[in-house]
Amino acid sequence: MTSAEFTPIVFGASLLAGFVGSLTGLGGGVIITPVLTLFLGVDLHYAIGASLVSVIATSSGSAAAYVRDGYSSVRIGMFLEIATTLGAVFGAFLAAHIATGALAIIFGVVLLESAWQAARERTARKAPLPPDPLAERLKLNGVYRTPHGAEHYQVHRVKTGFGLMFGAGTLSGLLGIGSGSLKVIAMDRAMQIPFKVSTATSNFMIGVTATASASLYLSRGYVNPAIAFPVMLGVLAGSLTGARFLARLPVVVLRRSFAIIVGIIAVQMIYSGINGRL
Amino acid sequence: MRISDTDIEQMVSILLRTGVLLAAAVVLGGGIYFLLQHGGEQVNYREFAGQPAIDRHLLQIVQGAFSGRPRSVIQLGMLLLIATPIARVALCLIGFAIEKDRKFVIVTTIVLAVLLYSLISGAAGAV
Repeated sequence: MTSAEFTPIVFGASLLAGFVGSLTGLGGGVIITPVLTLFLGVDLHYAIGASLVSVIATSSGSAAAYVRDGYSSVRIGMFLEIATTLGAVFGAFLAAHIATGALAIIFGVVLLESAWQAARERTARKAPLPPDPLAERLKLNGVYRTPHGAEHYQVHRVKTGFGLMFGAGTLSGLLGIGSGSLKVIAMDRAMQIPFKVSTATSNFMIGVTATASASLYLSRGYVNPAIAFPVMLGVLAGSLTGARFLARLPVVVLRRSFAIIVGIIAVQMIYSGINGRL
Repeated sequence: MRISDTDIEQMVSILLRTGVLLAAAVVLGGGIYFLLQHGGEQVNYREFAGQPAIDRHLLQIVQGAFSGRPRSVIQLGMLLLIATPIARVALCLIGFAIEKDRKFVIVTTIVLAVLLYSLISGAAGAV
């Protein structure tokens, strides 16, 4: 294959990955990496490097919409970014020492879990918890707009959330993904932050987290410009388009069907990792 | 000057959008230029070889881009993209300093330090 053939194919695949990633809430990065490795024969390290760059672009590019809606919390985000950025640097160091096959297996397992999360109904069941004094000291508790006026919320279990965020950052740096679903789980479930605030803040954090490891990937030579350029532009364009369609499409049905496809890809990724075919 | 968290978020949003648009424009320009120059070459990305120093080191990327090397122009766009969230954190730091929120000045400084460590240790080729 020549560059002139490879580039449009990768761009098209990235466009689709960004679109699907945006509709399912999985993010484009987690989808494009297996597509590049399984179907287009790209080495996993190159795929991860390219995906990481697209994650920064998508997160930063969609920030405007989140700020306009007024859901994201700059305080919660910044505080938890201490954990995610440290985790991301740790993950990037790990990535350099893990065999490609093992990396593919971990990737597949994380992908499978994300697909499961995307397919599932979200059940609201918030047990009342005592307020966390740490949240008060850091002024993390906040207000967000709802159809019935401003609503106050309290942040719980700050330390647990912080620990989970380190894990989310590590996976992000290791696999070149945004690990948005894990960030949302940490905020929504553990810290009991309202779902809309959790997703908006997670999107805000993804870019900073990915940046912490992207600099290391770039300087280590994992970012191949010939692969990264169609991936970055494609995923960015695809996810911004997906965000526009989000309100007009039967998202729950789509999410279920895409989750099944992503689940199959995940199994293939694990299988290839075990077979050592990557 | 009175400034609130919402003001910070508004400024951050404008900064992020501008940064991404700029980075994407540079990457697109570099990419088209790359295809015009190297479009006919055979590619094989099956084996990981690692990029040469000229595509890895900060200063060499900038120098390469200004000397008109297509791959370096793409990498410069990637650097602009990486710089965008770093600038975002720096902007938040200024915002919290104006708000005189000591705790969050510290929090934001830690995040900025991790990001700069990663950028600089990478640039120095320490990893």
